[in-house]
Amino acid sequence: MNVDDLPELPCRELVELVTDYLEDRLSPRDRARFEAHIAECEYCDTYLEQMRQTIRALGRLPEESLAPEARDALLSAYGNWSRR
Amino acid sequence: MRRSFEEDALLEALLKGDERIFTELVEGWSGTMLRVALSHLDSRAVAEEVVQEAWLIVLRDLRRFECRSALRTWVLGVVINLARSRARAERRSLPMPADAVGPVVEGARFRPAGAARWSQHWAVGPVHWPAPEEELLAGEAREVILAAIRGLSPSQREVLVLRDLEGLTATETCNVLGLTDTNQRVLLHRARSRVRNALERHFEATEVT
Repeated sequence: MNVDDLPELPCRELVELVTDYLEDRLSPRDRARFEAHIAECEYCDTYLEQMRQTIRALGRLPEESLAPEARDALLSAYGNWSRR
Repeated sequence: MRRSFEEDALLEALLKGDERIFTELVEGWSGTMLRVALSHLDSRAVAEEVVQEAWLIVLRDLRRFECRSALRTWVLGVVINLARSRARAERRSLPMPADAVGPVVEGARFRPAGAARWSQHWAVGPVHWPAPEEELLAGEAREVILAAIRGLSPSQREVLVLRDLEGLTATETCNVLGLTDTNQRVLLHRARSRVRNALERHFEATEVT
């Protein structure tokens, strides 16, 4: 597939396709257009990198955990359950 | 979904009353369950109640669990249903964020369609973010991220929590939430874009000039 023959992907459309791109759900044709655009456009390259940074930051938020009393209450409920 | 060998062994141990395995599951999964509950409920105390209630339902139904789904998928499905109905019952009249349609980046940031040159390209490009990525996890930026998550619609938040905070696959997320793959991706994309936009506004405001 010669990328030069494909219609250009405008920035405005590219920002709508970032998750599809990252999830590898673009058609080969759109993927080629996406990558050709990113290679040429500093703004969209930055935008894509910021989306990646956002995703990494989301994955590194502190975890939640149940209060110890709640955990203990569940363990004793399980004990009662398994003895039934 | 096909069950793995480990999943069979896990279920068997649970049914036999293996407290060590149950403790591991409660410790391993309750954090995820709590975040799922919090995507519908404002109160941490209520969310914790919902997680406990979910585990009790799991115990009630465990002997009848037919393994049509993976164990974790089922457990997360239980908590999501409880949290959704609890939120409906409490029905705080939260205004639904009006972001279900429309572009993820506002149109004014781009040159108009049909412009002689660079039609629909950036007119005002993305704001530069501070270089060390650690900044994204520092106090203020973290608060910005958490506030942005709170500002999402519940359906966007559920997907973002399972995919990006908890690291579930697209397939498991679809199974837990009862979404099609396409829907899941649309919700995820809108949610991520909104968090990015919030960070951009934050860095724009704090930019040293």
